[in-house]
Amino acid sequence: MASLTDSNTFNFSRLGSYFSTINSITVAKALSNLVKNLMVPLIAFLIFLGLWSVGAKHVQTSLGVLPGPAKVWEQAISLYDEHKAERAKADAFYERLQKRVDKAKADGKPQARIDKIASRKYTGKETFFDQIFTSLWTVMAGFILASVIAIPIGIASGMSPTLYSALNPLIQLFKPVSPLAWLPLVTMVVSALYVSKDPMFSKSFLTSAFTVTLCCLWPTIINTTVGVSGVSKDLLNVSRVLRLNVLTKTLKIIVPSALPMMFTGLRLSLGIGWMVLIAAEMLAQNPGLGKFVWDEFQNGSSNSLARIMVAVLVIGLIGFLLDRGMLMLQRSFSWDKNAILR
Amino acid sequence: MTQLQLPSYLDQPPAVKDRFTRLKQRPVILKVDALGKQFDTPQGPTTALQDIHFQTHRREFLCVIGPSGCGKSTLIRILAGLETYSSGQVLLDGQAVNGPGSDRGMVFQGYTLFPWLTVKKNVMFGLERAGKGRTAAEEVAREWINLVGLEKFEDSYPHQLSGGMKQRVAIARALATQPRILLMDEPFGALDAQTRARMQAYLLEIWKNIDITIVFITHDLDEAIYLADRILVLKAHPGEVQELIEVPVPQPRTVEQFLSPEFLATKKRLETLIHPNRDTHENVGEQLHMVRMVPLDDSVSSIF
Repeated sequence: MASLTDSNTFNFSRLGSYFSTINSITVAKALSNLVKNLMVPLIAFLIFLGLWSVGAKHVQTSLGVLPGPAKVWEQAISLYDEHKAERAKADAFYERLQKRVDKAKADGKPQARIDKIASRKYTGKETFFDQIFTSLWTVMAGFILASVIAIPIGIASGMSPTLYSALNPLIQLFKPVSPLAWLPLVTMVVSALYVSKDPMFSKSFLTSAFTVTLCCLWPTIINTTVGVSGVSKDLLNVSRVLRLNVLTKTLKIIVPSALPMMFTGLRLSLGIGWMVLIAAEMLAQNPGLGKFVWDEFQNGSSNSLARIMVAVLVIGLIGFLLDRGMLMLQRSFSWDKNAILR
Repeated sequence: MTQLQLPSYLDQPPAVKDRFTRLKQRPVILKVDALGKQFDTPQGPTTALQDIHFQTHRREFLCVIGPSGCGKSTLIRILAGLETYSSGQVLLDGQAVNGPGSDRGMVFQGYTLFPWLTVKKNVMFGLERAGKGRTAAEEVAREWINLVGLEKFEDSYPHQLSGGMKQRVAIARALATQPRILLMDEPFGALDAQTRARMQAYLLEIWKNIDITIVFITHDLDEAIYLADRILVLKAHPGEVQELIEVPVPQPRTVEQFLSPEFLATKKRLETLIHPNRDTHENVGEQLHMVRMVPLDDSVSSIF
């Protein structure tokens, strides 16, 4: 205890000398930054909450009054509690299962029977948090598949004007198509082609992921094409002076040069993919946040609207975090340090 | 100011005359013979270059100068192998030039460094492509970066460098692969006057110390006279050799020579070649139609 007090007094004296040397201008600047970066958004958020809680009271729906922030917060907590309860039930189930397996082993039951007992899965309902992870996994799968297809196409069509004029009409035709128009087609095609006794992925997962893919392709293709075709003529001349072959030219000059544009495309794609996924899950009743929203809507209890609101906020938050993640990647891969990325 | 009596640009001091005799005895590096280039434009074929003749000797500094549209950029791009030619021949060490090659280094006007690579990696790029191992390439790159005085910046990225520094890296990159000839297409055109003067001095210093023949394109008369052994003056429409001037200013060059009689005489000659009949058709529309827009009773009614 004594040593703690000692160190405290030591620190305070140091702090005091710091404060005397810091000039008032830096302090004022730091304060104004604090106000701009923290206080202003905070105040705006509080005003938003105020308007929401006041405005919501005046909207009477068939499921009761539109929920205000307090009600939504309450439901968020309750969703979390449900998740914990469900997890506890699952743990209890597996504990019981393990006991039965141990007992069967002790009784000297045949291995086949033990395996059958051990292979049982807990079949409780999916909680809100399970749905979040399903959606995230689906969107990432669809997005990565789209990127793997779109980047090579974009590079090729950026390098070859002929390929570009061949692909451009198709891209322009499919780019504006709503995901919901693709969904029935994707569902039917997946059902028809993906026939397997022991499927690695569920059909609903594939349907959602492919729908996401179909909508994620276009921004990446277009931006990669623009990036590649915009590689500076001077740099291409350098590559000619050095007599690089096509592969080296592509890998060492064209791809690095087009990387910032590629990331712009990828970031747009992921944003679109996330929006598309929620709609697809809702319409197709595939597991995920979209299904959660739809189920709550159909459920029609007095808590449903607040729970939907929780889902809306979480969808927004995840979309925001995905975008920030891509922005960080984009910043670290972008050599164009003068570009302001936001 | 009284009209200065200038000597003829053809009068070479004995030392200069002697030097040119020796220069012309050196082996020929680059020989351009009856070179012609036609473009196809929507208005029909145009002749960009016609019957270009010249040759450079080993370790010579040749400047190419001419009015805009004289095809000087086309010429250097042909020498670099970036463009084809329609007739005649280009011989480098007696070998015909067809397409780019590692025997010619090139420095462009725009900063053509790879923005995603550090200074060192930029210089290493060509070396590694030429088949040098990583450590060997790094060693050579370090040497060249030291030579251009940028050892403190070897791990910096191009966007952290000034324009002059970027061009120094570009020169190091072009020279690192040990070309026979260095082609420079208005390399200092985008730099401010002070940086430009410093870069010219650097370039002369580099040229003095290594075995390199330089073909340098510029539109700046002072730059051409200050740098060159000989100046190839082109004329426009079509691009033809107007004169190959042997610069009578003694070597080694210093900044003080800018006002020497030989320098001024050469500059006067270049001016008459590049801007002939200044007062006739060239300046049509150059007259301003200014009228007095300051009241006569203004407190500052005249600036004189």
